[in-house]
Amino acid sequence: MGLNQQTAAGLIKMINAGTAGAGDIVTDTLQRISDVDKKVGAFIDVAGRKALLKKAEGAKGRLAGIPVALKDNLCEVNRPTTCSSRILKGFKPPYAATVVRKLEDEGAILLGKLNMDEFAFGSSCETSCYGPTRNPWDLDRIPGGSSGGSAAAVAADEAIMALGSDTGGSIRQPASLCGVVGLKPTYGRVSRYGLIAFASSLDQIGPVTKSVEDCALLLGVIAGHDEQDSTSIDTPVPDYTEFLNSDIKGLKAGVPKEYFVKGLDSEVEKAVRSAIDVFKKLGVEIVELSLPHTKYALSTYYIIASAEASSNLARFDGVQYGYRAAGAKDIINMYSSTRSKGFGEEAKRRLMLGTYVLSSGYYEAYYLKASKVRTKIKEDFDRTYERCDFIITPTSPTAAFKIGERTGDPLSMYLSDVYTIPANLAGIPAISIPCGFTGKGLPVGLQILAAAFREDIIIKAAHAFEINTDFHKRRPSL
Amino acid sequence: MKYETNIGLEAHLQLSTKSKAFCSCSTEFGNAPNTQACPVCLGLPGSLPVLNREVPASAIKVALALNCTIADRMKFDRKNYYYPDLPKNFQISQYDKPLARNGFLEIQAEKVVKKIRIKRVHLEEDAGKLFHKEGYSLIDYNRAGTPLLEIVTEPDISSPEEAYTYLTFLKSLLRYLDVSDCNMEEGSLRCDANISLKKKEASGLGIKTELKNMNSFKGVRNALDYEVKRQSAILEEGAEIIQETRLWDADKGLTTSMRSKEEAHDYRYFPEPDLTPFVIDKEVSERIKTDIPELPRAREVRFVSQYHIPEYDASVLTQEKKTADFFEKAVEIYNNPKTISNWIMSDISAVLNERGISIDKVRLSAANLAKMARMLDEGAISTKIAKAILIDMIDKGEAPDVLVREKGLSQISDAGELEGMIALVLKENEKTVKDYKSGKKNALTFLVGQVMKASRGKANPKMVNEILKSKLK
Repeated sequence: MGLNQQTAAGLIKMINAGTAGAGDIVTDTLQRISDVDKKVGAFIDVAGRKALLKKAEGAKGRLAGIPVALKDNLCEVNRPTTCSSRILKGFKPPYAATVVRKLEDEGAILLGKLNMDEFAFGSSCETSCYGPTRNPWDLDRIPGGSSGGSAAAVAADEAIMALGSDTGGSIRQPASLCGVVGLKPTYGRVSRYGLIAFASSLDQIGPVTKSVEDCALLLGVIAGHDEQDSTSIDTPVPDYTEFLNSDIKGLKAGVPKEYFVKGLDSEVEKAVRSAIDVFKKLGVEIVELSLPHTKYALSTYYIIASAEASSNLARFDGVQYGYRAAGAKDIINMYSSTRSKGFGEEAKRRLMLGTYVLSSGYYEAYYLKASKVRTKIKEDFDRTYERCDFIITPTSPTAAFKIGERTGDPLSMYLSDVYTIPANLAGIPAISIPCGFTGKGLPVGLQILAAAFREDIIIKAAHAFEINTDFHKRRPSL
Repeated sequence: MKYETNIGLEAHLQLSTKSKAFCSCSTEFGNAPNTQACPVCLGLPGSLPVLNREVPASAIKVALALNCTIADRMKFDRKNYYYPDLPKNFQISQYDKPLARNGFLEIQAEKVVKKIRIKRVHLEEDAGKLFHKEGYSLIDYNRAGTPLLEIVTEPDISSPEEAYTYLTFLKSLLRYLDVSDCNMEEGSLRCDANISLKKKEASGLGIKTELKNMNSFKGVRNALDYEVKRQSAILEEGAEIIQETRLWDADKGLTTSMRSKEEAHDYRYFPEPDLTPFVIDKEVSERIKTDIPELPRAREVRFVSQYHIPEYDASVLTQEKKTADFFEKAVEIYNNPKTISNWIMSDISAVLNERGISIDKVRLSAANLAKMARMLDEGAISTKIAKAILIDMIDKGEAPDVLVREKGLSQISDAGELEGMIALVLKENEKTVKDYKSGKKNALTFLVGQVMKASRGKANPKMVNEILKSKLK
C-alpha cells in the first residue's frame, strides 16, 4: 500500500514512529497524481517535485509532511489561482489566504490547485474552463461540485487532504458523491481572507478528508479568528480531535420530514434510513422534526448568492489583472468583451440573475424578500435545538450523475444542492460522511448538522458512525 | 428676478486619518503612484475590507458638530458601478442607514444669520485617479480607499453667493474639528451641487439639475451663477428644464449635459456582506462630543462680547482655529484686543496669504506680538518701527525688544535730544517756518517729516509734533 493511501492521522503516527518519511509521502503522492490524474482530472496545477521535497524535509507542525491540495479559489503567493475561469488566467496573487498561511505554518505540503466549477458556480465540476473532473468511482460520472477536484483528489488518493469552499453545498455534495468526508464549518469559524469570493455571506472554507479524524485535525488548523476578516468570529478554537471516540448514547438526533420527499432517490433514502438505524443502535434517540421553510431555501439561495456574486465578480474587468480581451475600441467595449469572453455560460447566467434581483424596482421583491425568508429558515433550525442535539439528512438527493446529463437543464442541476443549501443560509455547520453505496457502486453521503459553533457535536456523531461502519474504508479502483 | 432658486450641496470630505478606511495603507498625499496600494485597496480577489476604527470617530465628530442625530448602528452598503478608477467596481458606501441625519449649519452673510439644514452625513471610500494620455490611460490607486465623508444639505440655499458662504463656513467648521485638510486643490474637499428654479408663487421645487466637476468654491459659485442664467432663460421662453446631470467647464465658463435622468445609473445598492453592522455605542458618541472644541460661530459671538472688537474682526479672526487661538493667547498676555486684531488681520495676514500658510507655520509667537503691542502703546516704538521688525519676528521668531536693540531702532522719546534735532531742522527750513506762521498749517507736516528723517525714523512722532507746535507759537 502506497503512503498516499493513508489518512493524515495514520501518516503522522508513522512519521512519529519512524516508519515513514515526509519525502516518501510526497514521492508516493506525486506518483499517484502522475498515474491517475490523466483519468480523473482533479489537478489543474501541481507544484514542482523538488520544491515539495525540500519543504517536506524540514517540515514542522501539526501537519508536518502531510500533502494537502487546495481548491483553485484559495490564494497562494505567486502561484496561479484562477477559480477555473478563463477571466483569471495568469493571475498570481501577491498574498496568501489566511488558511494557506496556517497550513504552511503547521508544516503541510501544498501540492497544488484543484479543479472546480467556474467561480464555484455549479454542482458537477463541469463548468471549469479546464474541462470536467471525473468521479474516481465511475469516470463517466461527475464528482459533484463545486469542490469536485478536492473530493475527487482525496477519493483517488492523489492528496491526503484537501480544502474546499462551500457556499450552498460545494464541499458536502462532492464529498458525498465521491465517498469522502467534507465539512462546512459555522459561518465565521474559518477566515475567508484570501478565498476568492462567490457569495460573501454564505462562503466558508472547509476540510475534505478520508476520515472524520482527519477532518477534526484539519479543522483545528484552519479555524480561528482573523483580524483580516470582519465576519470571522472571535471565539476559542477547541482541539477538535478531543471529540473523537466519544460515547454518543443519550444524544438526540432530529430527522426533518422535508428532506425525505419526492426527488429523493430511493437507494439514497435506503442508505440514509440504515444510517439512522446505526445511530439508534448507538443509543441515539431519533426525533421527527419539521423545518417548514425548507421549500423556500433553493430560491432564496439563488437570489442572495447570485446578487452577492454579481457584485463580487464585478472586479473582473480586464483593468488590473487576469484576462483582457484584445482590440477593444473603448472602455465600455473592453469591459463587455473581456467579460463576455472571460466568463463561461453558467457564470454569465448567475451574474445576470444577480444583477436583475438587485435592480431598482426589483430589489424589494427579490433580494429583500429573500433576506427575510433567510431569517425564517434560520429560525426553523433555532427551534430544533431544544429538541435535538444534531440533525441527520441525506447530503444529496441522488448519487453521482453522468457527465453532461444535467448541463442542459440548470434547474435540475440546482436541485442537487437542495439539502445542503439551508445550512449555508442559516450559517450553521454541516458535514457529509460516507453512509452507503448504490447498486451501481456509487457512494452515498449522510449529512449531519448542528447549531452554530457546535462542530464538536458533529465530530462526535460523525466519528461514532464512522468507527461503527466500513463505508469510509472502501476506495475506488482506478 | 421672478424666479426663486433652490440649491442643495453635496460635499465630499477626505478624512485625514493616518490609514485608509478599510486597510492599513497610508493616506498621505503626493507620493509616487501606486506606492500606497495593498491587495485590499486594489480590490484583489480574495481580499476583504476591515474598518479602520479611527474613521467612525472622525465622522461622528463632524456629524455632532453639524447638530445631527447619530444612527444607532453602523451599516455599510455596496454602490455598484463600473469605472476604471474603482478597483472592485463597487464602492463601499452607506445607503439607507447613513451615519447621521437631520442636522444644520448656521451661516452668516451681511448680518443675516441662516440655518442650512443637513439632510444626511455618510461614510464611503474614495476612488483612484485616472490620467488620460494619448491613446491610453494610467491609474494611480494611492487615493483608492481613503475615507470620505459625504455631507448633503437640504435645498435650503437660495443663491450661488449663499452656496459660497455655506462652503466657507463648512470648511471653517471642519478645520476646527481637525478631521481634514479641506484642501480643494489636493481634492480633500470636493463639492457637487443640485439647483432648481421655480416661479416665486409656485409651490414645491422646480426640476433639478445636478452639477459636477467644480474644483473650487469659486467654481461652485460660478457654475451655479451660470445655471441660474441658463435656467431662467429657458423658463423665460416658457420651456421646461430637463432633469439631468451637467458638467462645469471652468475654462469655458459653462456647463454641458453629461447624462439625462433616463441614463442615470442604477447603483443596485445592497448591504455590504463583508462588513458586519455594529452598534454605535452612545457612550463613545458622548466622549467624542466632549472632544469637540468651541466652534467658529460660537467663538465669533464670544469675541465680540468679550473683547469688544467689531463683528467683522471677530469673523475674520475665528475663521481659522489657529488664528483665533493665537489672538486669544496674545490678548491674554497684553490686553489690547483691537491693536492685536489689527496686526493679525493686516500685516501678518498679508505675509501668510502670500505664502499660503497658516499662522502656526511661522515662528512668530503670540507673546512676541503682545510685547510689540505693548511697546507701541508705551511709545517705545513707532508703527513704522513695528512694521520694520515684523518680518524678522515672523521668520526668525525674535522678540521685538531684542530686534529694536540689535538694529538700533528704539524710539527717541528724550525731550532734550528731540529739541536739539528740532532746533537744527527749524534753522535749516526758515522759509517753511515763515509759511507756517503765515497760516499754511500743512507746513507742519513737512517739518515733522524733516525731523523724522534726521532721526532716521526713530524720533517719537507724537512728541515731535508737540514740541514743534510749541516752538512755532
